[in-house]
Amino acid sequence: MSSPIIQTHDLHKVYRVGKVDVPALRGVDLSVEKGEFLSIVGPSGSGKSTLFHIIGGLTPPTGGEVHVDGQNLAAMTDAARTKLRKRTVGFVFQKFNLLPNLTARDNIGVARHIAGVGHQQDAQFEEVLRLLGIEKRLDHKPNALSGGEQQRVAIARAIVKGPAILLADEPTGNLDTENSKAVLEVLRNLNQRLGQTILMITHNPEAAAYGHHTIHMRDGRIVDRT
Amino acid sequence: MTGKLVLENLKHRPMRSLLSILLIGVPVTLILSLVGLTQGMLQDSQRRQRGTGADVIVRGSTASSVINFSGASIPEKAVDFIEKLPHVALATGVINHSIDPPLVVTGVDIAKFTRMSGGFEYVQGGPLRQPDDVLIDQPFATQRHVGIGDKVKLLNREWRVAGIIGGGKLARIVLPLKVLQDLDGSTSKISQIYVKVDRPANTAAVVEEILQALPSYNVTTMDEWLAAFNVNNIPGIREFTAVIMAIGVIIGFAVVCLSMYMAVLQRTREIGILKSLGASKGFILAIILVEALLLGVGGTILGILLSFGAYWLIATLVPASIPMVIVPAWWPIAGLITLVGTGLGALYPGLTAAAHDPIEALAYE
Repeated sequence: MSSPIIQTHDLHKVYRVGKVDVPALRGVDLSVEKGEFLSIVGPSGSGKSTLFHIIGGLTPPTGGEVHVDGQNLAAMTDAARTKLRKRTVGFVFQKFNLLPNLTARDNIGVARHIAGVGHQQDAQFEEVLRLLGIEKRLDHKPNALSGGEQQRVAIARAIVKGPAILLADEPTGNLDTENSKAVLEVLRNLNQRLGQTILMITHNPEAAAYGHHTIHMRDGRIVDRT
Repeated sequence: MTGKLVLENLKHRPMRSLLSILLIGVPVTLILSLVGLTQGMLQDSQRRQRGTGADVIVRGSTASSVINFSGASIPEKAVDFIEKLPHVALATGVINHSIDPPLVVTGVDIAKFTRMSGGFEYVQGGPLRQPDDVLIDQPFATQRHVGIGDKVKLLNREWRVAGIIGGGKLARIVLPLKVLQDLDGSTSKISQIYVKVDRPANTAAVVEEILQALPSYNVTTMDEWLAAFNVNNIPGIREFTAVIMAIGVIIGFAVVCLSMYMAVLQRTREIGILKSLGASKGFILAIILVEALLLGVGGTILGILLSFGAYWLIATLVPASIPMVIVPAWWPIAGLITLVGTGLGALYPGLTAAAHDPIEALAYE
């Protein structure tokens, strides 16, 4: 049996706010298998985003262990975490976070360029575009795209570099019901067709149901897994 | 892709980009105009000295710089003395009187000067005939908006323009030698003597002869004299140019530092996005530096174009007083000075951007 693609043990994160230490994670043990679609739910301040930021290499943990795709993030330098974000992890954000000056095509191209996979279209790129249904919107800038289209471009940007893990932080939080459903279907398709490992934060139980499993967080801990 | 990102950033805020380019371009224009003015004046002086047809020039004992507008310290009888020396074909003295520097009225022995140089080329009108006649060259006529027969006020007197001469022969404004000597109270005194030798091979020998006879005077061959017309021999011009160049660097630095710092603040979230995609500090720094350098290149090009505007303006308004030239050799130098300023100016904003915490940057509204 292969080892988990994500594994954390007694993961802690403490933020320093002024002179006060604020614990965000208080001992998280998590194991995610390759190809798994995991939903993470919990109230605001429960530590969901902090867990994402650590797994995604945006910030180091304060204590405990975290392994992502065989790499120990707790021992990583800032440069090594940058490298992790470059190839191993792809982010999808609630606010889409597309670069406003660039077209959809160039937003995707930038991610490929940074990842060092070139920005020319190839078979994998075409497949992703077909899956997301945005082939005809590629030459538009974000302000000319609907929220659903922007989020699909953001998903394309996250996965064109072939990351081991896709981290989606409230991907439907800024979308209406129809677009939310479309984006969730895209994520499910990616998981089912391409075997993409996905971790998705959501407040919406219907969205969470798209995952194979759901973990519930509260006060910096995982309190339940279903 | 980096270039595209930078170009789109510049296009996204066109007013900021254009204003930055304009502000960077101004010191480039200043540098190029200053160099153009200096070179123009030197080249113009060289051309007019060469136009005398002389092989040797004798200046007074107190003459120190090539910029020596007036003063008549040489007795006129020295001309006759020099003319009698072996291998001397002809000698003629002139007297200079500075009016609005660098404009000079030159008193000339017209007959002798004609023999030495071939004479003035009259564009309009003809030689001096009346006591109050004056010859002026084409740029001075343009600058003063005067033509043949018009009155022109010089040396607190009105003169009739008898002839408009082509440039390139000694003087812009010509009066008879005696007239200017009397006006200056320098009867039988001259400012310098131009000497023509019988054969060019005897030039050095003639210089030696004059130096032996008149050891306190400054005596040089025309070639040496013309070679002396460079910025190193004009007191203060090198230092002044250096100051203007330093100002160029400082303005480029300040403009780009401010502009890029504002840009980095405005793009904090975008920097966070790039970092979340795995962009390294070097990549972020490179984007800021390339953008600043593009502004610097734009500023340099605009500065060069504006220097043509300055050239046109000066040539239209004061062609005689300030004979400016365009000096393309200085374009890369001005560009380099600008790029140094802009590069330094972009460093702090660039490093600030590179050091952004990605989570904080992504949360920036």
